[in-house]
Amino acid sequence: MFFQQLINGLSLGALYGLIAVGYTVVYGIVKLINFAHGEIFMSGAFGALTVYLLMGSPAHVSTLFGLCVMLPLMMIGGIIAAVGIALLMERLAYRPLRDAPRLAPLISAIGVSISLQEIFRLFYGRIPGFPDAHAAIRFPDVAGISGVSVRIGGVDVQMSAIFTLAALAVCTAFLWFFINRTRSGRAMIATSQDPATASLMGIDVDRVIMIAFALGAALAAVAGVAHGLRYSNIDFRMGFTAGLKAFTAAVLGGIGNINGAVVGGLVLGVVEAMATTYIPGQFGGSAWKDVWAFVILILVLVFRPQGLLGSKVVDRA
Amino acid sequence: MGLGMRNSVDLAVKQANEQNLVPGWTFVLDAEDDQASADAGKNAATKLAADDEVIGVVGPLNSSVGQSVAPIYNSANIVLISPANTNPSLTKGSDLANPKRQWESYFRTCTTDDVQGPFAAKYAFGAGLTSAATIHDKKTYGQGLVEHFTEGFTADGGTITTAETINPDDKDFSAVISKVKATNPKFVYYGGEYPQAGPLSQQMKAAGLNVPLFGGDGIYDPKYISLAGATSTGDLATSVGAPAAQLPGAAAFVDAYKKAGYSEEYGAYGPYAYDAARAIIKAAAESLKNASSPREARTAEIKAVGQVSFDGTTGKVAFDQYGDAKTRILTVYKVENGTWVPEKTDDFQTGSGSSASASSSASPSASAAS
Repeated sequence: MFFQQLINGLSLGALYGLIAVGYTVVYGIVKLINFAHGEIFMSGAFGALTVYLLMGSPAHVSTLFGLCVMLPLMMIGGIIAAVGIALLMERLAYRPLRDAPRLAPLISAIGVSISLQEIFRLFYGRIPGFPDAHAAIRFPDVAGISGVSVRIGGVDVQMSAIFTLAALAVCTAFLWFFINRTRSGRAMIATSQDPATASLMGIDVDRVIMIAFALGAALAAVAGVAHGLRYSNIDFRMGFTAGLKAFTAAVLGGIGNINGAVVGGLVLGVVEAMATTYIPGQFGGSAWKDVWAFVILILVLVFRPQGLLGSKVVDRA
Repeated sequence: MGLGMRNSVDLAVKQANEQNLVPGWTFVLDAEDDQASADAGKNAATKLAADDEVIGVVGPLNSSVGQSVAPIYNSANIVLISPANTNPSLTKGSDLANPKRQWESYFRTCTTDDVQGPFAAKYAFGAGLTSAATIHDKKTYGQGLVEHFTEGFTADGGTITTAETINPDDKDFSAVISKVKATNPKFVYYGGEYPQAGPLSQQMKAAGLNVPLFGGDGIYDPKYISLAGATSTGDLATSVGAPAAQLPGAAAFVDAYKKAGYSEEYGAYGPYAYDAARAIIKAAAESLKNASSPREARTAEIKAVGQVSFDGTTGKVAFDQYGDAKTRILTVYKVENGTWVPEKTDDFQTGSGSSASASSSASPSASAAS
C-alpha cells in the first residue's frame, strides 16, 4: 500500500511540478504571480486535442504508430498553442502594466484566466467538427499509455504515471541545461537578479521575459498532454484547480527556484496520496487530503519562509 | 420531454370528454411553458391560479420549478400533480428524518430520489454483489444517496468495506482508488454525478480495480459512458420510473398515444403525466358533482385526489399522506456496448412508508374504469 500510494503521489506530484515551474520562472523574472498559468496548461491540452482532431481523429492513435509519431505531433501542437497564447497574454495583458503597481498585473492575470476559460468554453465547439467544450471532452487513447498498467513487485504502475514522471525528468534536465549552459539562460539569471543592471549590460529584458513565459508554457503544455493521457478527458476548467495546486507547490518549494518547484510538486502530490490512506478517522481520507497538504505548506513556511529549497534565483526584495 | 408530457395530458383530457367521465362537464387543456425556469413557472402559475375555470394542474418537470410554483397553487387551493419532480423535500420537507407535508395541494406520480439508494442495495445484494465500497462527492444529492444506500445495504446483510469521499473539483482519484482496492469490494457505490463518476470509473479500471461502479440517476447519462470509456461496460445506475415498454399497464396508453398522432415522443414522463391527469379527472368526478364552478370545487378536489386509487399506466395510482406516489417504480440500467440498457424494473416498497397511510383505503370512484 505504501509504495502504491508513493507511486500515485509521485505521478500526481510530477504533474504539479511541471505546471509549478511556469509560476516560478515567471515570478523569478518579473515578480508576477501569473494566475492565468493554469489556463496555459489547459490550452496545451486543447492544443494537443486540436492536432488530433485536425488529423481526422484517426483510430490508429491506439497503435505503435500513434505512440511514436502522433503523440509527439500532439505534444508539439500543445506546446505551440500554449506558448502562443502565453506570449500573446504577456504582450497584451502584462507588458503594458509592467511599471504599474504590483496589484494591477495580478488583477489582469485573473482577468486573463477567466477570459481564457470562457473563450475555450464558448468557442471551441464552434469550430466545425470539434466537440462541444461546455462539458468534459474525451482525450484520445494512445497505445501503450492510456489505461495500461504494469505490475512491479505488487504495485500497479500506470503507464501514464511513468509517462508523466519521465516527462518531468526530461523537462527538468532540459531546463537545467538551458538556464546554466546557454546565453539566454544566463541572461535570465542576470535579469532575475537585477533587471536594471542586466539591461545596462545589453540584455534585452523584454526578450528574456518572453523566454520565461514561453518556457513555463511549454512545460505546462507537456503537463496538459500528460493530464489528458492520465485522466482520459479534459475540460475548460481543468486549469483552475491544477493551477492552484501548482502555485502551492511553487511556494512550498520556494517560489523563484526551479528545482524547488519540482520538489514542491512531488512533495505535495505524495502528501496528498499519503494523507488519503494514513490519516485515520474523521479527519482522514480523500476529503481531507487538501487540508493536510496545506497544513504541510503552512508548517514549512513557518520554519522556512523561503520554501524548501530557499531561493537560488535570488529574490530582489 | 415537456411536450411529451403535454401531449399525454391532452390525450387523457380528450379521452375523458369522449367517455364522458364527468357528466355535465367538459375538460379543456390550457398548456403553459415554464421553460424549465422558476421565474417563468411562477408567472404561468400566477396566471393559472387566477383562472376560475382551473380545477387542477399537471406539472412541472423540474424539481426547482416545483419548489417555486407549489406555494402559489397551494394558496389558491388548486391541486398540482407533478409527473416528474423527484426531489424528496417537495413533499416531506428538507429533514427526511422528520417528514412534514409541505403543501396540501401538491402530489406526484413519479418516484422520489430517496428510494434509489435502498433499491440499488437490494438489486446489488440479489445479484451476488455482497460487499461494497462507497464514495460520494459531499454534495446533498450524493451524500443522501450513499446514506440511504448504506442503510439499505447493511440491513440486507451486505458489508461496506470502506466509506470514502472525493472533492467535486478533483481530477485525480488514484489515491482513493488504491485505498478502496485494498479492501477488495465487489462493487463501488458512488453518490454523485457523471462529470466525476465517468473519470472515476475510467481511473478505477485503469488502476486494476475491475469491479462495477454503481450510481444513481446522476450518472444515468450517455455522457457518463463517453467519459468513462470502453471499460465502463458492466457499470450500473438506478433511475426513477421505467421505460414505458416495461410498465405493466402501459400498452393501452402507448397505443392510444400513437393513434392520436402526436409529433413528439411521449418520453420518460409521458405515462406519469397521463396518470396525473387521470387522477385529476377521476377526482373531479367526485368534487364537481355538487359544484357550480371549478373554483368552488377546488377544496373538495384536493381531498378527492388524496383518495384516488386506480390501476394506471405506471402501476397503481394512489398517494400517501405526504402526496407521494405509493407505487415506487425504479429501474436498474447497465452499460452494455456503449449504451445504458434496462436491466431490471421493480416496484420498491419501503417497510415504513406504506403502512402509515390508512386514509386512502376508501376509494370512491375507482369503479369508473375506462
